[in-house]
Amino acid sequence: MEMTDAPSMIGRPLARLDGRAKVTGAARYAAEFAPPGMLHGFLVDATVATGRVAALDARTALASPGVHAVIWHGNAPRLPWNEPVSPEFTRPDGARLRAFADDRVRFVGQPIAVVVADTIEQAHFAASLINVTYAEQRDPVVDFTEASAAATLRRDDTTARGDPDAAFAASDAQVDCSTVIARETHSPLESHVTIAHWQQGKLRLWDKSQWVSNVARVLAGDFGLEPGDVEVISPYVGGAFGSGGRVWPHTEIAAIAARELDRPVKIELTRRQMFNLVGHRPYTEQRVRLGANSDGLLTAILHDGAAETSRHERFSEGLLRPTRMLYGCADVATSYIVVPRDTSTPTYMRAPGEASGLFALETAMDELAWQLRLDPVELRLRNDPTHDLHSNLPFSSRSLAACLRQGAETFGWSKRRLEPGSWIEDGEQVGYGVAVATYPANYVRASARVRLSANGSATVESATSDMGPGTYTSLAQVAADALGLPVEAIAVEIGRSALPNTPPHGGSMTMASVGSAVLAACNAVKQKLAQITGTEHAPAKLVPAPEDSLVEQLRRAGLAQIEADGHSNPGDTAKRFSMHAFGAVFVEVRVDRELGLVRIPRIHGAYGVGRVVNPRLTRSQCTGGMIGGVGMALFEASELDRASGRVINADLAEYLIPTQADIGELTVAFVEETDPHVNPLGVKGVGEIAVCGAAPAIANAVWHATGKRLRDLPIRLEALLERRM
Amino acid sequence: MQPFAFVRADDEESARAALRQGARALAGGTSLVDLLRLQVEQAPALVDLGKLPFRSIEQAGGVLRIGALATLSDIAGNPLIQHAAPSLAQAVLASASPQLRNAATIGGNLLQRTRCAYFRDTGFERCNKRKPGSGCAALDGDDRGHAVLGVSDHCIAAHASDAAVALTAFDATVRLRGTAGERSVAIADLLRLPGDTPWLEHTLAPDELIVAVELPLGDVLRRSAYRKLRDRASYAFALVSAAVGLVIEDGLVREARVALGGVGTVPWRAHAVEDALVGRPATQSSVSQAAQRAADGAVAGTQNGFKVELARRTVRRVLLQLAEDTAWK
Repeated sequence: MEMTDAPSMIGRPLARLDGRAKVTGAARYAAEFAPPGMLHGFLVDATVATGRVAALDARTALASPGVHAVIWHGNAPRLPWNEPVSPEFTRPDGARLRAFADDRVRFVGQPIAVVVADTIEQAHFAASLINVTYAEQRDPVVDFTEASAAATLRRDDTTARGDPDAAFAASDAQVDCSTVIARETHSPLESHVTIAHWQQGKLRLWDKSQWVSNVARVLAGDFGLEPGDVEVISPYVGGAFGSGGRVWPHTEIAAIAARELDRPVKIELTRRQMFNLVGHRPYTEQRVRLGANSDGLLTAILHDGAAETSRHERFSEGLLRPTRMLYGCADVATSYIVVPRDTSTPTYMRAPGEASGLFALETAMDELAWQLRLDPVELRLRNDPTHDLHSNLPFSSRSLAACLRQGAETFGWSKRRLEPGSWIEDGEQVGYGVAVATYPANYVRASARVRLSANGSATVESATSDMGPGTYTSLAQVAADALGLPVEAIAVEIGRSALPNTPPHGGSMTMASVGSAVLAACNAVKQKLAQITGTEHAPAKLVPAPEDSLVEQLRRAGLAQIEADGHSNPGDTAKRFSMHAFGAVFVEVRVDRELGLVRIPRIHGAYGVGRVVNPRLTRSQCTGGMIGGVGMALFEASELDRASGRVINADLAEYLIPTQADIGELTVAFVEETDPHVNPLGVKGVGEIAVCGAAPAIANAVWHATGKRLRDLPIRLEALLERRM
Repeated sequence: MQPFAFVRADDEESARAALRQGARALAGGTSLVDLLRLQVEQAPALVDLGKLPFRSIEQAGGVLRIGALATLSDIAGNPLIQHAAPSLAQAVLASASPQLRNAATIGGNLLQRTRCAYFRDTGFERCNKRKPGSGCAALDGDDRGHAVLGVSDHCIAAHASDAAVALTAFDATVRLRGTAGERSVAIADLLRLPGDTPWLEHTLAPDELIVAVELPLGDVLRRSAYRKLRDRASYAFALVSAAVGLVIEDGLVREARVALGGVGTVPWRAHAVEDALVGRPATQSSVSQAAQRAADGAVAGTQNGFKVELARRTVRRVLLQLAEDTAWK
């Protein structure tokens, strides 16, 4: 079922098919549905981080205009809270927060009640009238060092090969590099929202989600329903970056309130609530020690990570994955602890773990290059391995060297002087920095349904989402090629749990997994048609001959339409190959050292990501990832008040993400890479790798410009100010 | 937010009548409505001033008169202001975002409330501005964005306006009209230092309206500039900003004006720098020496100490740029 024929639609830089609907407002997002009789819920947040709710006085709130109910653990229904029929693997170990199931307060901002009213304004005002009495409070543990006393070792991530300690000690060159990355919050523009509507014991949800299949299963478990009794609808997602990967309590609270009141209920989080209730990239402290011989060959890598989690759940991510496989080094050790604070639980945020881990590793590599007086690109080329030394598997394909070489060439890296702080133009210090990006080419089970009609159109159906990468368009391109139809003839329907099951829309796996399922479904349609018409079917053929099109066959057979399901089938590929995307990111910075200002006039990324289904959309994903990297390097930090655990800067005026004025020229190149192993489409996905290299490349460029090594993100002006004028 | 009555004033008298009954004045609403939603502000009623004829920008004699309801966009795009008061035009353009500048008015901008996180989040118990006498959470909390000048033991919240910094530097006055009549006050007399009553932020009488802002025109305003340093290139509040004017004649500084934003609990006039400049040669070394006085009297907390040095460097940079521009002319 591999793609052997030359495709005609795949590889074309088509504009988003849903672009017009989005810019004209015709695309409906979850918050825009309004079932008749809908009420509005507003969450009452815990104002303390620990203890329990001893009493809740809702009398004034209930008497306030328009208020229908105040629901809290004192009057909430007792739900079965069954586990879903298949696991929600985006949920970390621990005890998930069950809305209103007990009186315990776990973090500031935890929903402890919901006020339901006719309008959102009435609900919001009434929420302010509720009087909560807390008991058994203790001072929350917020300080990371203090919290580290209760850290848990992640055994799976604590690995060693060879004898790294001895190898490090015996190395000609040694680097010992400790880094800190602030907590980041996803902050998509679209707020998280759920509208819940019960009809005859069945639940329908409109929900901002990256995984509607899972939301349906989790809610079915919560309420003790059959999975088919919950339908989740989420046709468009206005950005999520991982915050829509698991079920959060407001979704369950909307369903509880709607059932209690027998009316549809909508709960939309405020921006401030989004800083506590839908996860964040964890604050992370890391130490990387690198040893090398005088030829610049790595002799030891020791990478220790520590990241925050909540008290009730133990979140961990792919922090150390790149370190174990990226470079050719025989002696490697990694260790990972998670540190419980009295705050909300982190979750996956774009390139979860890899983006943070690579910042530490690639900063250390830059330090090693300087210590060896070796060009940083050359150091990485010298340590490019022939196979994955962690899994002992061959790479299905690996284009890192090509990315480094071609990227350096395009960027003009040869202009760079080795010496830091030595290059001044127009009164500004100039620096070039490089870093490597990598992310696993995930390929998992997914399903799709394809319906071909005699009128020459086809429909693709799958439960996946499109939070921005262009899934609507790229799936249509796959189906168009597989069915021999123009793209305009393909209708793509996604974002409904009733459609064929898919994995989360995240982890850079949608194109590989869902795209392959669409391809399989198209082939199943062809096979079915061949059986009916008795013609020979060549499943490898993606592009049928036009003189005998599938539609013609369908008409001759006298059928109005034909439909088939298809599934991606990862099989044992992951046991035979180490499968990853690779890239190299090059950055130029200009630093006004007197005022501490950093500008980034340009970033260039070269990526080896297998087949590129739509170069325009893929480029857009890559530049978006770079911008995310600029945010990580220079701006983003959710600041916690140490005394209370409250997020201090919980709005988009104070939680800084890059503005257009912060972004210079962004260029993207894809190196030629054919991977016959990863999946039938030969794609590796780019959503995560796009964010991986930018932040370390920026910090490395700042060092090159100024000679000042900054290991804490975000890099702020005062860190560069120290020198006297 | 708390339910409130909404009236639209047809004229000044009806506006004042509403104010006397406890209504809050609503101009652009970019600060007040935000704070009402956050439940930091409560108002039984709002009186919309939008219909009052306070929007014109005109020159009368040697004075530039800006109606209190002129929007920040009106000001930034006004050719007279761009030419005669570049520092003000640049300050306004460096404020907020285009959408906010289209709505925000100059009168409201002067009276906007602080961005202090402990003030804006009712979840914090302590804030003397929000709850008089409750204390100040910023004093032992995250103070990176807070003031180092004009602070007290009761409040260290920074004043957020850019425009007010330029207006303070160039001796603008604010025209007020109330039942008791009309009067003019300097910005420094309109905005109060926190002292031990940080909840009292201005000296407006309860039924007084800001009618206009008046800015004396002259050489030093025409040769002025505004520089704003912030964490990102657009849409962020100042870490440090400086409004500076400089007139050099025969190599000597004839006039100098310096005010700072982002560092004071009110827009901060740096008289010490001005005094150190006037009558002296406009050389790099004398300018650098004068700029060292930019943050005289500063009291830093745990994280905002960098603002002291940054204020000096910013003032120095703008002064040198202005001196260089003058040299070319």
